[in-house]
Amino acid sequence: MSPLEFEILLIALVVGAACALPGCFLVLRRMSMLTDAISHTVLLGIVLAFLVVSQYDHPLLVFGAAGVGILTVVLIELLSRTRLIKEDAAIGITFPALFSLGVLLISLLARDAHLDEHTVFQGDLVYAVFERFRIGGLSLGPLALWKLAAILALNATLIILFFKELKISTFDPDLAFALGFAPALMHYGLVAMTSVTAVGAFDAVGSILVIGFMIVPPVTASLLTDSLSRMLWLAIGIGILSASLGFWIATMVDASIGGAMTLAMAGIFGAALLAAPRKGLVAATLRRRRQRLSFAIRMLSIHLYQHLEAGPEGDENRVDHLQVHLAWPVPFANRILRMSQEQGLVKIEDETWMQLTEQGENLARSSLTA
Amino acid sequence: MDWSLLSWSDYTFRNVVLGTAWIGAVSGSLGCLALLRRQSLLGDVVSHATLPGVVLAFLIWNSREITVLMIGAAIAGMAATLFIFLLDSHTRIWRDGAMGTALALFFGVGVFLLSLTQNMPTAQKAGLSKFIFGQAAALVASDVLVLVWTGLPVLLVLAVFWKEFKSVTFDPGFAYNAGLPVRGLELLLTGLMVITIVMGLQAVGVILMSALLIAPAAAARQWTNRMGVMVPLAACLGALGSSVGAVVSTLGPNIPTGPVIVLCLSGVTVYSMLLGRQRGLVWRWFKSRQSHFLAQEEGVLDTMQSLWEQHGRTRHGHSLEVIQLARIGRGNARPALERLRAAGLVQEEGDGTWSLTQEGTATKTEESKAGQI
Repeated sequence: MSPLEFEILLIALVVGAACALPGCFLVLRRMSMLTDAISHTVLLGIVLAFLVVSQYDHPLLVFGAAGVGILTVVLIELLSRTRLIKEDAAIGITFPALFSLGVLLISLLARDAHLDEHTVFQGDLVYAVFERFRIGGLSLGPLALWKLAAILALNATLIILFFKELKISTFDPDLAFALGFAPALMHYGLVAMTSVTAVGAFDAVGSILVIGFMIVPPVTASLLTDSLSRMLWLAIGIGILSASLGFWIATMVDASIGGAMTLAMAGIFGAALLAAPRKGLVAATLRRRRQRLSFAIRMLSIHLYQHLEAGPEGDENRVDHLQVHLAWPVPFANRILRMSQEQGLVKIEDETWMQLTEQGENLARSSLTA
Repeated sequence: MDWSLLSWSDYTFRNVVLGTAWIGAVSGSLGCLALLRRQSLLGDVVSHATLPGVVLAFLIWNSREITVLMIGAAIAGMAATLFIFLLDSHTRIWRDGAMGTALALFFGVGVFLLSLTQNMPTAQKAGLSKFIFGQAAALVASDVLVLVWTGLPVLLVLAVFWKEFKSVTFDPGFAYNAGLPVRGLELLLTGLMVITIVMGLQAVGVILMSALLIAPAAAARQWTNRMGVMVPLAACLGALGSSVGAVVSTLGPNIPTGPVIVLCLSGVTVYSMLLGRQRGLVWRWFKSRQSHFLAQEEGVLDTMQSLWEQHGRTRHGHSLEVIQLARIGRGNARPALERLRAAGLVQEEGDGTWSLTQEGTATKTEESKAGQI
């Protein structure tokens, strides 16, 4: 691996970690699509700030982006508060309008600038390493790496400092308000953090990959755990893992690094979706099947218990009566019968009559009184 | 500015205007259903999700034909929608998290595939990214024809299943009890929306698609409570906004079509939200201002009547300060006094104090009426 490649990978790892931090809170607060909106409208902030300072690398650009990010959220909230349109429609109208304004300003006023909506939109890690951070004559590595490391440090510090406040205002905003934790401040602080992260990351990796890194690792992590701090660590880990895996894929097949990272992310998400211990699709299907069987076994004991007075050779106790009375297909009925026998709940006489054991009676009674 | 381009006989101009107007009309109609079904952001997600489909279609058929790309786009868009429904119904992931995940993953995989085509020796991939970033200004007659033949069946199906879609949208429970195949209808409707979104990509591109779908519908919603009015109105607004945007963008060399279309449509939406019949914000503001005025006038009149009682029901001037101290409400009482004077209920004495007129003493306020009861 050449030093340049190593730097590219390092930038991607930092992006992965920096995006996962606000991402967890955004996903839990159901602001995923708001993130999509913010990461697009920051373009307008960059353009406006650029028109003021005429400089591509100026701190004001970050403030412009953060300001427009907050403006986006405020506008969306104002629109949905009129109750004339719903929140999702407000998002769907506001961000294209602000983004259009940004694109229009670029093409009318900043045509020859180093700004172009396609670069902003798609980004390219390969170009991110060309701009170096220099002090005096000394080159200290790519500028993007320093910028993103600073953003990662800022995000981590803020989340550690305000962890309790963020946590309460995410899960119970009313309680947070009652305790004096200013949930609104947390909300807009998070929005500002998201905007700054988006603007720092998207000229390196493109805005869609920013959305990917902000949403997919936290969503994946939420499939694996119910604890917030564990979710944060997992999301960072998944972000870093998909960045490294993606980088490896991209060098193997000579493809877009950002695209390959998303591919890796998709693979990890797919694996978690299928195989997550409790919330995965496989686990959920197995659980449903188990519940269906145990319910049917209980059902059989209750059925026989209700018909005890029919006597050991009553019609209700015939094996083939299960198709009539409980509408069970033959294979299912046989299976339940076999399982009930194995568990010692039911005995079968002459292959025709079912008889409840004492254990089966107990199960039926406890089911009925529960 | 080059006004000569604005000629109807100009071939390119006519195609662009007709094409975008048609796209705007179809998007506006289907957008109403998206808006009412609270799927406003579907446009955003599906349009991003089309990228891998476009690239795969290109790789499989090795063609940049608009029809081929649209089929690929529609398949990928549909897959993304079903993916969202799967996550929404079978996992504990919130719907918006599912949408963000689908958007990012599909688009990113599309970028990956697109970059693979760049390494192919014979790739003519130039048309691919154009397809999803909008190419309104480059629409030719054959494209417009394809768009018309795609959009017509969409509108036709919408018209045929109008009643069913309506009941599935407003009351799925009723629709189910009435024996309608709710899942099937929802799937059909989603399919129509995906086709519409794929068409809309041609006009404004991926990022702005949600506005093309939702803005005309949100505007139309402000003028009517009936879906039968809303859908045609949204179609007209969509066609109008899109074609005006397309025309404006031909006026200068550097004006991008998609953003101008979106700004036109957003303008229509804002206008409708401000001035829409009954629900418009301006009317709402007028109404609340009126009731505020009325309350102030009532308060001041009531105060002056009590003062009049206390002074033995004689004409007696009170200074503004006294009136303000005596009344319950806050703020300057002068505007209210001026309005009462205009109504002939109070008068200003020579020394700058205020007193009730004959009519003012006789007028019953809400307060005194309540007192009598």
